[in-house]
Amino acid sequence: MMRWLQHPPPRGVLLALVAAGLATCFAIERFGLVDDYVRFVLITLGINIILCVSLNLVNGWMGEFSVGHAGFMALGAYLSACISVKWLSWGDPLWMFPLAVVGGGLIAGAVGFLLGLLSFKTRGDYLAIITLAFLMIVKSGIENISYVGGPRGFLGIGNHTTLLWTAVWTVLTLWTIRNLVYSRFGRGIVAVREDEIAANAMGVDTRKSKLTAFVVSSFFGGVAGALFAHQLQFINPSVFDLVKSTEILVMVYLGGIGSLAGSILGATAFTFLSQALQPLGTWRMVILPLILVLLMIFRPRGIMGMREFAWFIPRREFPKKEDKK
Amino acid sequence: MKPLLEVRNVTMRFGGLLALSDLSFDVAAGHAHGIIGPNGAGKTTAFNVITGIYAPTQGDVLFHGESVAGCRPSAIAHRGIARTFQNIRLFRDLTVLDNVRIARDAHARYSWPGAMIQLPRARQTEKETIAHCTDLLEKFGLGSEVYERAGDLSYGSQRRLEIVRAMALQPSLLLLDEPAAGMNSAETLKLVEFLRWLREHFSVTLLLIEHHMQLVMTFCDRITVLDFGKTIAEGTADEIRKDPKVIEAYLGQEDSHE
Repeated sequence: MMRWLQHPPPRGVLLALVAAGLATCFAIERFGLVDDYVRFVLITLGINIILCVSLNLVNGWMGEFSVGHAGFMALGAYLSACISVKWLSWGDPLWMFPLAVVGGGLIAGAVGFLLGLLSFKTRGDYLAIITLAFLMIVKSGIENISYVGGPRGFLGIGNHTTLLWTAVWTVLTLWTIRNLVYSRFGRGIVAVREDEIAANAMGVDTRKSKLTAFVVSSFFGGVAGALFAHQLQFINPSVFDLVKSTEILVMVYLGGIGSLAGSILGATAFTFLSQALQPLGTWRMVILPLILVLLMIFRPRGIMGMREFAWFIPRREFPKKEDKK
Repeated sequence: MKPLLEVRNVTMRFGGLLALSDLSFDVAAGHAHGIIGPNGAGKTTAFNVITGIYAPTQGDVLFHGESVAGCRPSAIAHRGIARTFQNIRLFRDLTVLDNVRIARDAHARYSWPGAMIQLPRARQTEKETIAHCTDLLEKFGLGSEVYERAGDLSYGSQRRLEIVRAMALQPSLLLLDEPAAGMNSAETLKLVEFLRWLREHFSVTLLLIEHHMQLVMTFCDRITVLDFGKTIAEGTADEIRKDPKVIEAYLGQEDSHE
């Protein structure tokens, strides 16, 4: 992959920045440094980053086209809500909420495994149609389960998604997906995109690569859904529709496929743009797709497509200095 | 001594098309074995069956005496059969290093959860993989292109990189599909030298498809001639040169149209 900046940061700088960021989030929560609106937007930003980078694993690094990410979000949202409202409502949010989020991620990951199995035989457009069908099944499935409120939605979810939790999950998602991408599994996933036949001939078990990508991607999609449910405190099946999936796709293709920096950029640009365009009402849904059209024409891989900010690349990936003497 | 690779009565049918019909040949360990034949004779199909891209309709392929017919291509690669492709199939958007690493990863042993939380074993293996692949690229004269995009290399370097990538699997059998395609005579001579070096240095058995007769006749210990999916002749270069069936396949039968 091409590099944007050529040099890694001085040792420890990235860690210090992350620590400072988390401390800031803690301080904001503890002392109420920002108003509720800003806090809400920041939490949305974190959730969007998680959604964007996790979908990027399948759509960017692996080069498939999934439109079902909102479905994984829905699974995570509903299961975590069941855990926190119905099954473990007596628990202290301090341990109960992380458990609910992980639970939401696991159910999404398990269903993602099944979808991954389908990707063995089907690729490209046809797989995209399968993910679309999956999204519709999830939505209408939930609409028919009265236990979670059916089409009326799920009410009374606790407001547990704090800025700090969101930040922790965002960092965790970015870190683990970075580690995966720069490992043999990540290279296997990228090899599927580049040339599946050659990948197989070079010993890459492409089935395992596809499963890994789908499971990890959907797990974090579920995590984002769980955070989303406990941010809004009310969820309803129609929230997790194709429009929601499309929004995540816009973030991915705006920021850039196959790039962590691109995912952050895309999610940030999308979050702030859609807030800034709020006064335009319905026109918002004209302007955002228009941006997407222009992007596809002039920069089909996105702003940071297939390039990476050097600070996100593990140190071992850089040429050793003593090599050239 | 048992042959390294045994192709046993392999038939490959695609609907009504019979691509290979009862094909059999052996490749002895340590040999350079050539497969020649007119276009459409089934040479590349034979490669695709050996490497698991196709499961044969009938017949068997034995490698080290064990059947590999119908195994997944990645499993066959792990057992030690590597290949190059007729029209270069590199991972064009990746760096030269990543191309080689993807093949080398077949030898890495760490789990994906371990990779995601950076367990010491995963980190250590990654470092070793980079060192190993960089060394390998140095050996093949691609040391200065390690961080280049593979698709940006010259045609000759891309062909060479495909061989390095295959060698990163540490195969005991390397299949080369037309390694001299697009090369002039001088380059072909260099290629023969390179293949000799490869064979000595890595003690790998070579099986190659080639149209370039000079290369096949001077380099291969044994030659199999295919036509219409069948073996029509097999032997050393001298035997093949004199074989009337080979001459017929290449030049046509005398008076055949009258």
